[in-house]
Amino acid sequence: MIVAQGLKKCFDGFVAVDEISFAVEKGEIFGFLGPNGAGKTTTMNMIQCISPKTSGTLEVMGMDVNTHQREIKKNLGVVPQENNLDPDFTVYENFLAYSRYFNIPRESAKKIIDELLDFVQLTEKKDTLIEPLSGGMKRRLILTRALINKPKILILDEPTVGLDPQARHLIWDKIKSLKSQGVTIVLTTHYLDEAARLCDRLVIMDYGKILVDGTPNDIVKEYIGTDIVEAENNPSVIACLKKRAARFEALGETLQIYTNNPQEITSALLKECPLRPITARSASLEDVFLRLTGKKLRE
Amino acid sequence: MSYFKLPKLTTFVWKVWLRNRDVFMKTYKVNFLPPFIEPLLYLFALGFGLGTYIDTMDGISYPRFIAPALISISIMNSAFFECTFGSYVRMYYQKTFDAIIATPVSIEEVITGELLWGATKSLINATIMLPVLTAFKLIELPHALLVIPFAFIAGFLFASIGMCFTAISPNISTLNYPTFLFITPMFLFSGTFFPLQLLPEPIQYFALIALPLTHVVSIIRALTLANLSSFLLVNLAWILTVSLILFVLSVNLMKKRLIV
Repeated sequence: MIVAQGLKKCFDGFVAVDEISFAVEKGEIFGFLGPNGAGKTTTMNMIQCISPKTSGTLEVMGMDVNTHQREIKKNLGVVPQENNLDPDFTVYENFLAYSRYFNIPRESAKKIIDELLDFVQLTEKKDTLIEPLSGGMKRRLILTRALINKPKILILDEPTVGLDPQARHLIWDKIKSLKSQGVTIVLTTHYLDEAARLCDRLVIMDYGKILVDGTPNDIVKEYIGTDIVEAENNPSVIACLKKRAARFEALGETLQIYTNNPQEITSALLKECPLRPITARSASLEDVFLRLTGKKLRE
Repeated sequence: MSYFKLPKLTTFVWKVWLRNRDVFMKTYKVNFLPPFIEPLLYLFALGFGLGTYIDTMDGISYPRFIAPALISISIMNSAFFECTFGSYVRMYYQKTFDAIIATPVSIEEVITGELLWGATKSLINATIMLPVLTAFKLIELPHALLVIPFAFIAGFLFASIGMCFTAISPNISTLNYPTFLFITPMFLFSGTFFPLQLLPEPIQYFALIALPLTHVVSIIRALTLANLSSFLLVNLAWILTVSLILFVLSVNLMKKRLIV
């Protein structure tokens, strides 16, 4: 559905997206992960045809983003990072105005809007202005608005940012149900549990480049192993680990040991060196993310 | 990217226009009031107050002299403020433009829709003033009815001027500069409250070349006094030419600002 080859975007000499290539298949949920400023949103903007690419090729549904903007946009549903519901209108008027931008006839638009409000359980807010609604409701409404044109591809730029757990779960359910209806979904997120839960495949980006791609499970297995053992960072433990040729990394006060056999390494450490705290846990996407992009703060 | 590339437009322009009309109609009672009251205030203060000391101006009574100027100023203000502060709020604070260009509507169409809406507000406000001025017998019907279509043309000019400033303003408060340095001088020195001929000759030429309101006042005064002359064609040609140039420029400037 979306194919990028050597896709590049520069702003005044700054390279935001640096010759990335990826392919999103029909009907899958494809995730873009990365720290702030990694180039995720820029990539989304190029897919949406609102930011022209500097070089490389980018095709959406087989159409070039430079020449077929209107045809592409007709088939997209977009949930932007920032809420941009129209504060001059009520919920219903927002959707009606939006449906006009897709040339949807008024009568069928009304029917679609009623169905959609029901889908996100906001029918009772139909005639409310946008301002007094909660963040979760606004986010649900933006998702609803993105569905008015029955999109084939849905672009979600941080769909659950700033939401409480209830609202996040509701949005996740809706995303999954849209997937089961055959909609192709591209999403960016900072929440790694969200990515692990939703994405069929994902890429991790940093400094405009794609660092890894694959299914969440494969990525974790490849870069970490099944488990992580955390132990105190001291020379005797390091010596012990080096002797066993274990894979580990020092992160401040703790050592993270990547392993597929946590029992073995834990008992070895307990036997051989004097250490106090030691924990073993399953490896997660977050471990891969931090290992690849580092723990240093961005921006 | 060129500053004078002709925009490609479709009927989506009207969808943007409709959005603004719908918002306007939600509060139409409040919106219709200012254009009704404002000319009355000016008429009483300047026309009937100050005007009692003036026998005639340019051969006509002072209220009759300023009535067309009041219409022209209203046309200027409605479109200019709609496409500066109004458009800036929609663009920057409400992110309305961002929301619209995520649909099949293009940025060129959004800006053109905004300009047409600015022109429409000029038309609405000018039209509301006509019955008020007619009631005081200050304008000649049916000639003055031509003010209605002309208000749209002149409004489009001021909308385009405003949109150029919106496109280059780093923030909303810098929009005060064109207001004080351009709109206020025009309000005073475009043959509005005294004839242009009273000004020193170089300034008269400057007004004709660089102050759009001069041409608008000239045409509207001719219409409300039913006193047409061939020089009006020069006025109209100036307005149409400058409108076209600034329309294309404003669309390209906005595109430059929003599409990065």
